[in-house]
Amino acid sequence: MMSDALLKTIFGRLTLDSFPIHEPILIGTFAVVAMGGAAMLAALTYFKVWGYLWKEWFTSVDHKKIGIMYMILGIVMLLRGFSDAIMMRAQQAMAFGPNEGFLPAHHYDQVFTAHGVIMIFFVAMPFVTGLMNYVVPLQIGARDVSFPFLNNFSFWMTTAGAVIVMASLFVGEFARTGWLAMAPLSGLDYSPDVGVDYYIWSLQIAGVGTLLSGVNLLATIIKMRAPGMSLMKMPVFTWTALATNVLIVAAFPVLTAVLAMLSLDRYVGTHFFTNTMGGNPMMYVNMIWIWGHPEVYILILPAFGVFSEVTSTFCSKRIFGYTSMVYAILVITILAYLVWLHHFFTMGSGASVNSFFGITTMIISIPTGAKIFNWLFTMYKGRIRFELPMMWTIAFMITFVIGGMTGVLLAVPPADFVLHNSLFLIAHFHNVIIGGVLFGMFAGINYWFPKAFGFKLDKKWGTISFWFWVIGFYVAFMPLYVLGLMGVTRRLRHFDDPSLQIWFIIAAIGAAMIAVGIAAFLIQFYVSFRNREALRDWTGDPWNARTLEWATSSPPPAYNFAFTPVVHDLDAWYDMKSNNAARPVNGFRDIHMPRNTGAGVILAGLSTVIGLAMIWYIWWLAALAFVGLLAVAVGHTFNYDRDFYITAAEVTTAEDEHTRQLTGHAAVAGA
Amino acid sequence: MSADTHHDHGHAPGAHGHDPHDNAHGHGHSSEGAHGSRKDYLIGFVLSVILTAIPFGLVMSGVIADPRITAGIIMVFALVQIVVHMIYFLHMNAKSEQGWTLMALIFTIIVLTICLAGSMWVMYHMNLNMMPNMGGDASAM
Repeated sequence: MMSDALLKTIFGRLTLDSFPIHEPILIGTFAVVAMGGAAMLAALTYFKVWGYLWKEWFTSVDHKKIGIMYMILGIVMLLRGFSDAIMMRAQQAMAFGPNEGFLPAHHYDQVFTAHGVIMIFFVAMPFVTGLMNYVVPLQIGARDVSFPFLNNFSFWMTTAGAVIVMASLFVGEFARTGWLAMAPLSGLDYSPDVGVDYYIWSLQIAGVGTLLSGVNLLATIIKMRAPGMSLMKMPVFTWTALATNVLIVAAFPVLTAVLAMLSLDRYVGTHFFTNTMGGNPMMYVNMIWIWGHPEVYILILPAFGVFSEVTSTFCSKRIFGYTSMVYAILVITILAYLVWLHHFFTMGSGASVNSFFGITTMIISIPTGAKIFNWLFTMYKGRIRFELPMMWTIAFMITFVIGGMTGVLLAVPPADFVLHNSLFLIAHFHNVIIGGVLFGMFAGINYWFPKAFGFKLDKKWGTISFWFWVIGFYVAFMPLYVLGLMGVTRRLRHFDDPSLQIWFIIAAIGAAMIAVGIAAFLIQFYVSFRNREALRDWTGDPWNARTLEWATSSPPPAYNFAFTPVVHDLDAWYDMKSNNAARPVNGFRDIHMPRNTGAGVILAGLSTVIGLAMIWYIWWLAALAFVGLLAVAVGHTFNYDRDFYITAAEVTTAEDEHTRQLTGHAAVAGA
Repeated sequence: MSADTHHDHGHAPGAHGHDPHDNAHGHGHSSEGAHGSRKDYLIGFVLSVILTAIPFGLVMSGVIADPRITAGIIMVFALVQIVVHMIYFLHMNAKSEQGWTLMALIFTIIVLTICLAGSMWVMYHMNLNMMPNMGGDASAM
């Protein structure tokens, strides 16, 4: 029929059936999201904050605001990723024998895929990038990152990827392939639906953001360090940020390439990874892990950096073995590229290949172990203050060592033949990603929150969150080690053997405890905001810390430092404090600043449209949006109104205000 | 690489007699200090010509009977050619950007070598072990 062809031209493969109106769980979720979203939009409109958000946040090129927006994105997506987790735990705890559970297979497969994709790309990555964005320029005494507009653009591209993943919840469906979309399952023959296309386009668009932000931070660390800060005087967090961004710049193009080839297979009928016509699915596995293994070090290295800063601050000691710490980071950076094959020991590469990659995998635990000892020796005879960041650090050290040891077990190829794809593996990588990356991010959030907002986070709710998270983690994942050793494989929706059920019920209880931990984490923000006057810090240095970010006020002014600090020592701020370095109070000059721009939001919005149009085969819209994208990008290059000056008078006002805060605080402390 | 070669072939002869002309549209951003002298460009040009002429001659004359050896020699010349281009035309040295350019290059080479060599090793073994009846040649399917 003519009208059918016309509809197909206009809407591609998007039809009324694409909306999951027959799935009660999704309808319920949609209702909640729609109502919550509508309420939020209404509130924003009622309080007239749209203009404020747009001018001060969305279009901001300030690395501090972009860092905070990354953290908010991470927290929001954590809630989504965790709802997936709790659905899986509930399904596995009940689906035994005659009970089929509440998730049909078709839906369950999407849930575990979305959980993995969201937790890695849209929770862990935004957290890591957000912390680096906020802290690195302050720590090296810079005014901003090297390319402030690019930074804003990167953030919005990451957000665009997240939006596309979220859209798959309510329009069409997400991939049912597992979080790495292994070929040939992800090829057109076995996954003809939109799921894998959602996966590809969300990761490709977010990947642009990740890669550009990697380039940006790399240039920032190399070119913008304060005078005197030689490489071996860089704080450890900045070192880990440097290593992570080197890994990002070298590894993410591989992901882009492999997904581009998968897209070509799916869209234009090439045969890179198909079963027939000379395609080679194993090449997909090989290439995705060439990106995938460095990716786990991209996530964990900044967490190591956080722990180093926290340990040194809360033990009131210089970090033990700084030089060995730096070399450990660099060795990990190189070795991260030498271990990828341990992800597919069982796929037939033979004894020589497996031994080589098994040994390199075991070797990489040596620099990591060296770091653990460095933290322990920093604590040894230190005056340890058990504030929240330090508590997370200690929980990390215990948990991560367990996760590391199970990792070394898996690195033994014969053991891996028994354990691969089992719940033992699932327990292992959650052990290192939750116990390493996530605990590190919580330590970092609690540590740097007072810097970003000028008041500390509430300790009581933070402690509740801490204990529920840590204990909940052990209750949720230790049973999975047991189940894995008994041979239960991953991604199962239903079980026949009733003797296994008790372990899944324990794991579900653990997940419920983590849910309480997440709730307490959110309550912690609310309570801290409510009590912000009591928790206020006027000094800019609430923890008696050691690195440069604590040398400025909290929250720092837009220009970070009125004068670029000069660095003489590794712990630059501690060095200034010990030598009673005078804070400059006059002679300020105009400060040259980049101007905010909406181009990043618009470009990312158009990218989202391109992605969605490509997913649904709406070719005209994709072409139109692409032309628009080029036009905006080219148009932006003609925008010469890109900078302004913060006048010396304004700087003086801001700095005088901070002087008053400092002296006021000193008077109170003295009285 | 070939684009670079053409660019420099067109560029260097101008250096023989027409100095002002050549300087005017030598390099777009001649204000930067790190760029090479005319001597550097000439050395690079001569080396590139030699390194191109020898493989060309080997193929044209066919002095080596085994084409695989010829191909191997050409690959070696190509690698040397890459290094010549990087030093004389891209001004790669240990000093530019405080050594970061060289560092980045070395890191890139290490990572590329690991990934390419590793992939070939791995895929060769998989082919051998998992498709024994196909003579390790998937195209025979």
